[in-house]
Amino acid sequence: MNETILEMKEITKTFPGVTALSDVNLIVRPGEIHALIGENGAGKSTLMKVLSGVHPYGTYEGDITFEEKACQFKNINESEERGIVIIHQELALIPELSIAENIFLGNEQAKKGVINWNETIIETRQLLKKVGLKLDPQEKIKNIGVGQQQLVEIAKALSKKVKLLILDEPTAALNEEDSENLLELLLEFKEQGMTSIMISHKLKELLKVSNSITVLRDGQTIQTYHAKDGEITESQIIKDMVGRDLSNLFPERNHNVKDNIVFEIKNWSAYHPINSERQILHDINVHVKQGEIIGIAGLMGAGRTELAMSVFGKSYGRRITGQLFRNGKEVFFKSVDDAIKNGVAYVSEDRKEYGLILIDSVKNNLTLANLDRLANKNVIDSSEEVVEAESIKSKINIKAPTIHQKTLNLSGGNQQKVVLGKWIFTDPDVLILDEPTRGIDVGAKFEIYKLINELAEQGKSIIMISSELPELIGMCDRIYTLNEGKITGDIDKNEANQETLMTYMTHSWRS
Amino acid sequence: MEGIKQLLSSNIRKFGMIIALVGIVLLFQVLTNGILLKPLNVTNIIMQNSYIIVLSIGMMLVIITGEIDLSVGSVAAFVGAVAGVLLVSWELPVIVGILLCLVLGAIIGAWQGFWIAFVNIPAFIVTLAGMLIFRGLTLVVLDGKTIAPFPDGFRSLSSSFVPDLFGGSGGELQLFTIVIGIALSIVYVLSEIKLRRTDTKYEFKTLSYPLFIIKLILFIALINVFTYVLASYEGIPYVLIVLAVLITGYTFVMNKTVIGRHIYAVGGNANAAQLSGVKTKKMKFWVFVNMGVLSALCGIIFAGRLNAATPQAGNLFELDAIAAAVIGGASFTGGVGTVFGAVIGALVMGVLNNGMSLMGIGIDWQQAIKGLVLLAAVAFDVLNKNK
Repeated sequence: MNETILEMKEITKTFPGVTALSDVNLIVRPGEIHALIGENGAGKSTLMKVLSGVHPYGTYEGDITFEEKACQFKNINESEERGIVIIHQELALIPELSIAENIFLGNEQAKKGVINWNETIIETRQLLKKVGLKLDPQEKIKNIGVGQQQLVEIAKALSKKVKLLILDEPTAALNEEDSENLLELLLEFKEQGMTSIMISHKLKELLKVSNSITVLRDGQTIQTYHAKDGEITESQIIKDMVGRDLSNLFPERNHNVKDNIVFEIKNWSAYHPINSERQILHDINVHVKQGEIIGIAGLMGAGRTELAMSVFGKSYGRRITGQLFRNGKEVFFKSVDDAIKNGVAYVSEDRKEYGLILIDSVKNNLTLANLDRLANKNVIDSSEEVVEAESIKSKINIKAPTIHQKTLNLSGGNQQKVVLGKWIFTDPDVLILDEPTRGIDVGAKFEIYKLINELAEQGKSIIMISSELPELIGMCDRIYTLNEGKITGDIDKNEANQETLMTYMTHSWRS
Repeated sequence: MEGIKQLLSSNIRKFGMIIALVGIVLLFQVLTNGILLKPLNVTNIIMQNSYIIVLSIGMMLVIITGEIDLSVGSVAAFVGAVAGVLLVSWELPVIVGILLCLVLGAIIGAWQGFWIAFVNIPAFIVTLAGMLIFRGLTLVVLDGKTIAPFPDGFRSLSSSFVPDLFGGSGGELQLFTIVIGIALSIVYVLSEIKLRRTDTKYEFKTLSYPLFIIKLILFIALINVFTYVLASYEGIPYVLIVLAVLITGYTFVMNKTVIGRHIYAVGGNANAAQLSGVKTKKMKFWVFVNMGVLSALCGIIFAGRLNAATPQAGNLFELDAIAAAVIGGASFTGGVGTVFGAVIGALVMGVLNNGMSLMGIGIDWQQAIKGLVLLAAVAFDVLNKNK
């Protein structure tokens, strides 16, 4: 296996003012799973865009050789013709179209412009079988889960006679079970001789499936490891990625948990917003003390986000019943505004859709949730606003050239900090953090953890929702497990481990 | 030098529109042998376009929230018709009539805002329906006929001038207008100095001293040349005062107040705004109420200018207002645009109309050329963004 299927040699790509890649080398051997890893902004996605022709030939320097032929792709069609297919992080499926229509979109099984639907359906059935999906090809995309959608994307890639499959963060949106399935599938494809390149932040899964790992940092190749050369360790890779030792993934915290209960959710139930017969949350009881970090663990669809949003100013659901208590006194959150005024903040799991106004500046995003603090009779003191925004920016170390930068142009980690900063500016006592580290790199994660710890040390109460069990175990004082809309466990830090949590998370209470 | 460069590049869009406007003005000044900037014609341009400017300010707000309003022309016509009935047929006092018309505009806006904000029907549909409904109601109210003439007090809003308070009658120059120009210059200089002081106090970056002085001189010259030109004709039209109040008022609200920031937030990302405590539905509702009031004001000014309430009034106004907002930098995805931009956009269209009319170009070619300019303006903007 010493031959090479793909070689990218001394690739340099500059954007106005930034060098995204400088002299990057990547060698991929046939039939392997090659992992590409690095912090956000390290240049992984840019490198893959160069490879697939999104950045056309001529806009970068360096040579690409695929199957011993030079590649000069002008667009993505040319790379796909050669069998290089990329699956982007954000799924590119059209919800209103069927699985079959999506798979053959742009590649329709047609004669003289007339689509042969029977052929399409039959082909789709075979492709779905290959990826292990038992679904009707005519099912609409919007009716299937995210995990299944990811598999449809792969089926779509297979339909293009793929030789080199590039996956950008394929498991970012998936829960543990779906991720597991996907990785199994990739291994199966490897057995059949397909080559893949996989970008991911999840070190564990990369170590599990990949034959080689290339680490990028600041647009440069740092190191390529091969599994056959001996054990690759997580800490070694992290060190390469961040350029420093991360002795511990989770920073130390001075536990300062007081006995008083700051926020309590009692007998909380809610129904689906459209299908009002379907109960989503069942009699939920959760409380958090001053200075405490509690976790909410649950598989996708367990009702974690639904719980948070229904509490936060009834932003989700119908027929909501139950009680909320702040410092023992009952409160009613009729709107988000009421929740904010009562010192509760909610950081959404989807920072682009629900957290940030991407076309607006860092400053305007930071102050949006508490403009009243800066305003006198509705008129904003713009000088004071600049001062406040600058102070948050430096306090939580948001890396942006100025506070007038659009949040669109920031990396994921920095965007997340802006969202956190926005809520810190409202000076809350209770912060509900929904997947606070989703899709951000190890270095930024560490900083977010530190920030969360600092908030707890200041006496704020944190409710942390996460799909990553190690994160909850590493950060929380207590972890609730949620399954099918009901709390199935309340586990102390000392008794929490992944196996226990998983058992409670999958414990069906309905039977 | 670096500072100027940065200033230019970061404001290319804003300056781009102003440069385009200046270019168009100069072009027609040459093509019309200097008629365009004659005092009479400058006054004309202002008065001819006043009602479109009023509409485009409201339209800008609507587009910033990510919505659209196709009904404004019909609403303006309907309110004009009602004004005709109130003032001509029923002979109500002018002030009462105008106030009732504005309230009517607010009610119409509330009606449409209700369906859009609270029932979640797309604005395109609701206001398309509104376009038909209010055009129909105009015909009902007027019984298909024209009501004229309006009392003098009503007409003065759109076609009279502020009298020379210094008694100069028949003179070459209206002294009062010149004094206003000087007064405005003083207010301008004082506010700039105050702003500079605050910036220095907070240790923000400020323009270098010579640049600051140049900027002041430039704007003082601009203000006074403008008032001088007005003074050479009949002075300040009443409607210009209305416009000045609207432009400064709305610019202030959009830039400096919590309401303005919330409007931008709703258009930028309604979900994120909602979860940040912005009452997104309420905000949308009130933006449409506001649009209704401004449509009513537009109808009043237009009826006054025509001195008649006619069934055809306000035809295609919605498209002029949308074009003005878009040329002025609004984006249909929402969240972007300025009140000042809408005014510049309306003036670009207005000067094109006026200049081409002066040159004797027929209404057929005028339409076609305006269409091309609209497309070119947006294309320029899109290409500029992709660079």
